[in-house]
Amino acid sequence: MMTKIFIEQQQKKLANGVIDRRHFMMSVLATGLAVPTVLSLADKAEAAAPNRGGLFRMGIAHGSTTDTLDSATSENHFTLINGYTFGNHLTEVSNTGELIPELAESYESSDAQRWVFNLRQGVEFHNGKTMTSEDVIASLAHHMGEDSTSAAKGLLTAVKSVTADGKNRVIFDLESANADFPYIVSDYHISIRPAGDMASGIGTGGYILQSFEPGVKTVLQRNPNYWKDGRAHFDEVELISIIDPTARQTALMNGDIDAMDRVDLKTINLFKRNPNVNILEITGTAHYTFPMRLNVDPFGDYDLRMALKHSIKRQELVDKILLGYGAVGNDHPISTANRYHNSDLPQREFDADKAAHHYKKSGHSGKIQLSASDAAFAGAVDAAQLIANSASEAGIEIEVVREPNDGYWSNVWNNDAKGWCACYWGGRPTEDWMFSAAYTNDTEWNDTAWKGTDSSKKFNSLVKEARAELSDTKRRELYYECQSLISDDGGSIVPLFNSFVSANSKAISTDKQIAANWDSDGAKCVERWWFA
Amino acid sequence: MGVATLFAVSIIIFSSMELLPGDFGQAILGQAATEDTVAAFRRELGLDQPAIVRYGQWLTAVLQGDLGTSFSGRNASGVDRSREVVDLVAPRLRNTLFLASMAALFAIPLSLVLGISTALYRNSVYDRSISMTTLTAISFPEFFVAYILILFLSSLSSVFPSLANVDADTQFGERVYRVALPALTLTLVIVAHMMRMTRAAIINLLASPYIQMARLSGASPTEVILKHALPNAWAPIATVIAFNLAYLVVGVVVVEVVFVYPGIGQLMVDAVARRDIPVVQGCALIFAMTYILLNLIADIIGIVTNPRLLYPK
Repeated sequence: MMTKIFIEQQQKKLANGVIDRRHFMMSVLATGLAVPTVLSLADKAEAAAPNRGGLFRMGIAHGSTTDTLDSATSENHFTLINGYTFGNHLTEVSNTGELIPELAESYESSDAQRWVFNLRQGVEFHNGKTMTSEDVIASLAHHMGEDSTSAAKGLLTAVKSVTADGKNRVIFDLESANADFPYIVSDYHISIRPAGDMASGIGTGGYILQSFEPGVKTVLQRNPNYWKDGRAHFDEVELISIIDPTARQTALMNGDIDAMDRVDLKTINLFKRNPNVNILEITGTAHYTFPMRLNVDPFGDYDLRMALKHSIKRQELVDKILLGYGAVGNDHPISTANRYHNSDLPQREFDADKAAHHYKKSGHSGKIQLSASDAAFAGAVDAAQLIANSASEAGIEIEVVREPNDGYWSNVWNNDAKGWCACYWGGRPTEDWMFSAAYTNDTEWNDTAWKGTDSSKKFNSLVKEARAELSDTKRRELYYECQSLISDDGGSIVPLFNSFVSANSKAISTDKQIAANWDSDGAKCVERWWFA
Repeated sequence: MGVATLFAVSIIIFSSMELLPGDFGQAILGQAATEDTVAAFRRELGLDQPAIVRYGQWLTAVLQGDLGTSFSGRNASGVDRSREVVDLVAPRLRNTLFLASMAALFAIPLSLVLGISTALYRNSVYDRSISMTTLTAISFPEFFVAYILILFLSSLSSVFPSLANVDADTQFGERVYRVALPALTLTLVIVAHMMRMTRAAIINLLASPYIQMARLSGASPTEVILKHALPNAWAPIATVIAFNLAYLVVGVVVVEVVFVYPGIGQLMVDAVARRDIPVVQGCALIFAMTYILLNLIADIIGIVTNPRLLYPK
């Protein structure tokens, strides 16, 4: 066992150029392996060896002059990618989708209520200060308390206290057990920064910030003391905000940038023909929804909700709105990229007879209003029109109300004035996180107001039970049932999971598998990719 | 008069920002907004005070020459990292003025020459083809002109870069090279207006009796236009040039977005979208001042080139 770990370490060192081939051979032969075996091990490590060096320029579809370096108000994809370049977190979702320790070396809990995080030792911030438990506590406190303006405040309300046990250990005491807590601290808002300086862009990451011009660009240089093995291969990085999709695609084709996020699906077939362009597609946890509010008439009626759920042509939406870059949803928010996706649940299809049957049973008559705006997601208004069209085949009349983009999230979504609207969820890495973001009875973002029905009460107790459960099989059972409850009784129609589609020049290499949790390799392309 | 206009503009802008739904906290947090966090933002930014009080505070500060600080980045973890509106606006304004002057440098001489020459050879094939070309260019939306230029001068032949992302350290020569395409786009967009106005103003004068007199006295057509018609046409020409210059400063957001040029237009659009009121107010004041100043200059040119206006009747 020990030798296996040792060999893996040596392979990593070889891949990163820390040691040369001769050194690798000698050290691994010493473990007692035969020469041919060691030779093939060396080949394997070197074949995957990413090259160091080069200037990586990336065009990002977001970026605003109001952006800051404070991760607490990180709100768009530019600040997300930017934050991951210079900052690390306690844990990280790896490119294969597992949770791995990052600034924490390990974490453990016996009851899922008291979590002990052992910190990696000797990690330095860019200002030379060594990271200790004091910094971790300050970074967490930044998102807690009444006066915090952090978008991650809601995630940490269950944290009762954070205490240090020496310099290299932090203990979290939670109000109630949460088996997924280590996932929570991987959230992009909860970046670890030096105590007393949460906003100047000093972190422990693979790149050191040289300049940051909000809404324009960021310039970074490789951190020579980066603690992580096998990551951060570029010498220099420029992140450029290019909001216009045509400008972004032209820049990639002309070689002005090396990678970009959010390819315009309408022109992707033309774009793909460019010999310099490589398209990366992955279906993750992000999905489009049409939440119906149960506390607004007529959506409180189970049969009416069922009627609408059956009157949607899901594959047509995938083909027309996502141009095939996505997957159909089954009216619950758990994707195939999640651990406990319920694959036993039969896929709900368009069925005019069932829809008409439920509609008749609900006793409702007249138009049903559906509010949509492209602020919810690109193509939301068109999707609403398609839904109205297919529903009319079942004799259900839907009136699409086009809402202004401006202020959509405060005035239309999650608002009792509108019973049914279009919405977007980036998805969450764990079932519990997704459910407690939008479906449990204690979240402010319960956009379906699904609280009073018998199924929802059952759902809430199941979620609580699963949260405290450490056994894998038991959790799977519980989450399967949760998905089935949301799918049948819940207020949300989830017809689509959208793929992340990004593009890069052929000179760029990536790991075999790229992460599905965010666009551009989990938004960590800067530290994960390299020039071939 | 100018000051009164500025005051009126600031009131209009402030009240229309108030009419917009949502505030900075909600805009920044978007879907992730909770009542708690938004309330914390409001306390931090003083948005919990009535609008009239906030306007009063802003006005007093501006009268003392302080445009305030942006809402963004205030008080994060006890350290105020927000930026002064002046620091935000100044480099952007410099970029915008640079692009505007590059475009004006091409466009103004070009449209004057074209305007005068088409007036000289009016109704000829030359006149018609110039009119047709410039009117075609102005009829297309700006982004379309921009994409066409990118296609031919950047994608197919790579003469100029398609990204004009300059920063404070970019050298002058490099800067000129990078803004070539946006400047060219703007030139194509504004030439028609100025050129047609010049042509019309001159042709209008050609019917006057004093031009007839000049002709009868044996002056050549070129001489008639340059010596006799043009001096009287300066006032309307100056007005239309001022108008187009003002447009170059305040209205080129689309071109900025297509070429990724960090100008002031994008700054104001972002600030409005995020409800960053101090920045919006700062930009609005600058825009209003640009209009007022340029119109003032046009009026002065009109008066100076027309000696009759210098003496009271």
